[in-house]
Amino acid sequence: MEYFLELFFGGLTRGSIYALLALGYTMVYGIIQLINFAHGEIYMIGAFTALIAASALSMLGLDGWSLLAIAGLAAVIYSAAYGFTLEKIAYKPLRKAPRLSPLISAIGMSIFLQNYVLLAQTSDFLSFPALIDEFPFMEDVTIIRSSELVIISVTALSTALLTIFIKFTGIGKAMRAVAQDRIMAMLLGVKVDRVISVTFIIGSALAAVGGVLISSHVGQINFYIGFIAGIKAFTAAVLGGIGSLPGAVLGGLVLGWTESFATGYVSSDYEDVFAFGLLVFILICKPSGILGRSSAEKV
Amino acid sequence: MPIKHENAPSIGKTASCDGYSLPASRRNLRDRLPKTGFNTLKSLGIALWFMFLTFPIMVIKVSPLEKTIEWRWSRLVYVGAGAFSLSMLWRFLIYRMEAGTSFKKPLQERLSLFFQRKKSRKATALAAAFIFAALFPFIFSTYQTSIMISALMYVMLGLGLNIVVGLAGLLDLGYVAFYAAGAYCYALLNHHFGVGFWTALPLAGAIAAVMGIFLGFPVLRLRGDYLAIVTLGFGEIIRLVLENWNEFSFGPSGIAGIDRPWDFGLGFTLRGHTIYLFYIVCLLVLLTMVVVSRLRNSRIGRAWIALREDEIACEAMGIDKTRTKLTAFALGATWAGFGGCLLAAKTTFINPASFTFMESAIILSIVVLGGMGSISGVILGAFILILMPEYLRAFSEYRMLAFGAAMVIIMVFRPQGLISATRKRYEFPEEKREGEKP
Repeated sequence: MEYFLELFFGGLTRGSIYALLALGYTMVYGIIQLINFAHGEIYMIGAFTALIAASALSMLGLDGWSLLAIAGLAAVIYSAAYGFTLEKIAYKPLRKAPRLSPLISAIGMSIFLQNYVLLAQTSDFLSFPALIDEFPFMEDVTIIRSSELVIISVTALSTALLTIFIKFTGIGKAMRAVAQDRIMAMLLGVKVDRVISVTFIIGSALAAVGGVLISSHVGQINFYIGFIAGIKAFTAAVLGGIGSLPGAVLGGLVLGWTESFATGYVSSDYEDVFAFGLLVFILICKPSGILGRSSAEKV
Repeated sequence: MPIKHENAPSIGKTASCDGYSLPASRRNLRDRLPKTGFNTLKSLGIALWFMFLTFPIMVIKVSPLEKTIEWRWSRLVYVGAGAFSLSMLWRFLIYRMEAGTSFKKPLQERLSLFFQRKKSRKATALAAAFIFAALFPFIFSTYQTSIMISALMYVMLGLGLNIVVGLAGLLDLGYVAFYAAGAYCYALLNHHFGVGFWTALPLAGAIAAVMGIFLGFPVLRLRGDYLAIVTLGFGEIIRLVLENWNEFSFGPSGIAGIDRPWDFGLGFTLRGHTIYLFYIVCLLVLLTMVVVSRLRNSRIGRAWIALREDEIACEAMGIDKTRTKLTAFALGATWAGFGGCLLAAKTTFINPASFTFMESAIILSIVVLGGMGSISGVILGAFILILMPEYLRAFSEYRMLAFGAAMVIIMVFRPQGLISATRKRYEFPEEKREGEKP
């Protein structure tokens, strides 16, 4: 039972990170129908910024929660800025292009950003400082670590905040409007370009939160982490039904648990096989994902 | 004009390329845009933005183990200067593209006209290309020939994927699975039974095709991007299985010592083998080109294109959706199987690391960058994407950076691909059009 709970919380942690990344994918997809392949790179840049900020600040004598807060904030700001710039350079000129062109430009951007970090920093694995302290009251608990608890609660909080933002603020409403019908929204005076920019900024900020938390939990990063995380998170977004926010979270968690239990009970070699196998299975049974609405094609 | 004119205007418009005046909408756009694309203040802002953006990653280098920080301030100056000039250039080019200041006909149109005017020109160009290909391995070194072999292999892969993505409009991100199937087919058959290249080649194609049908069948209900992610998942599953199923595929260490194509007992040297393989690849590319272009204009090819444009209309016209899609999948996979078999014969060593998602992405980029659905586009795309990193080796570490940037830039300035596909259309005879002129 204890082993099961350990795996359960391990999967929940992993799933939370996938969920944070998947939210970015699903929001961007909902609004401009683009698979933003460079999203994983934004997450990686967030982790690197946090590492740099944390190392610089810890030499100034900062530590504990304030270090985590400042490094995390730096990561969020920089990731958001990168996401914003990415959209302006690689996607905005391609608004009216054939559907696959932005996808190729996204793959190009992903290669570019990976190599940018590789050249400017290093190709080695860097050890990431454990920014999350162990809680004193958690000493006797073995099934879950403090950092896992923090990751799960931060994810829950961010998701809740995002939901409130999308549901109740003006720009959130505009985002939903653009997702439903871009041209109609434009006719009603929604500034579509601004809405898209905001979507990228929010998605990137969430990715940075995920990047900082998981790097601190795992303890090392390199320039390539974003690619695999990105593919997994995209899988999670599709699993839950792309374009749907609760779907992204659910998809992330399901994916996290699948991987965790497959590793724990079967074999760690086939972890990804189970993840993708689940995806294929669910999509074959329910082609629009777990929570996705199946839309009838209009003639 | 003797031809009925009721339904002709649209044809006439596209066919006559003489009157190339700027359309009214564009003229308005030009008036609204600033007179030049340059705007110093804005560029300065962009330069500052990029200096801010690249500050932590470019300037600070930390080594967490030794607890040291290295500050590299000089880089900030380079970034600023670079961003300033590039943003000037970027906005000037975007401005030019949007305003359409170039009054000349697009290069592609001029080229196709050049070849259409006289049939002999096309024949000459083809003959020249043929002779160049035939002499290539004797003019250039073994190294160059070997690079050319990989470029040609990617031409083949690109043309195969072009059937699936370009013609049938099914976004396949797991194309590399079939490539791997072909490669492992030859490698395993050769390893266990000593099967030769020429026997394995059709087998590899057949196995890949069967796999295409098997994978295609369950996923064809899915549309668009769902299809993309499922094929991606399949590609990854195949790679992971190859990596972990040691008894079957020898795991990550791969299979070494695969035979090169049989040399008729002549005892070729390495150079001889390379030249031999070069001709085999040339032949296969030629075959692919012929097959793909014949397919495109056949009933099935037109069904693919129709399916890409509108599935429901297609079904209403009595096209069997599943069968049409499956043929596209199977035929696309066949070429990947051939490509894989060639790869195994070329490198004599394969392992799962050659079949990552990045490989699929590169092949897809060849198709989209070159121009979806167009054969010459795919060929050009393959040469650019495969030869560029090779010849950029002089810049060694910066080559992948340049590669990524080039992909973005080409897409931004030529979103429809380098050579966009043109459909067959009715053209008015040349003399009649000239006769029309006052």
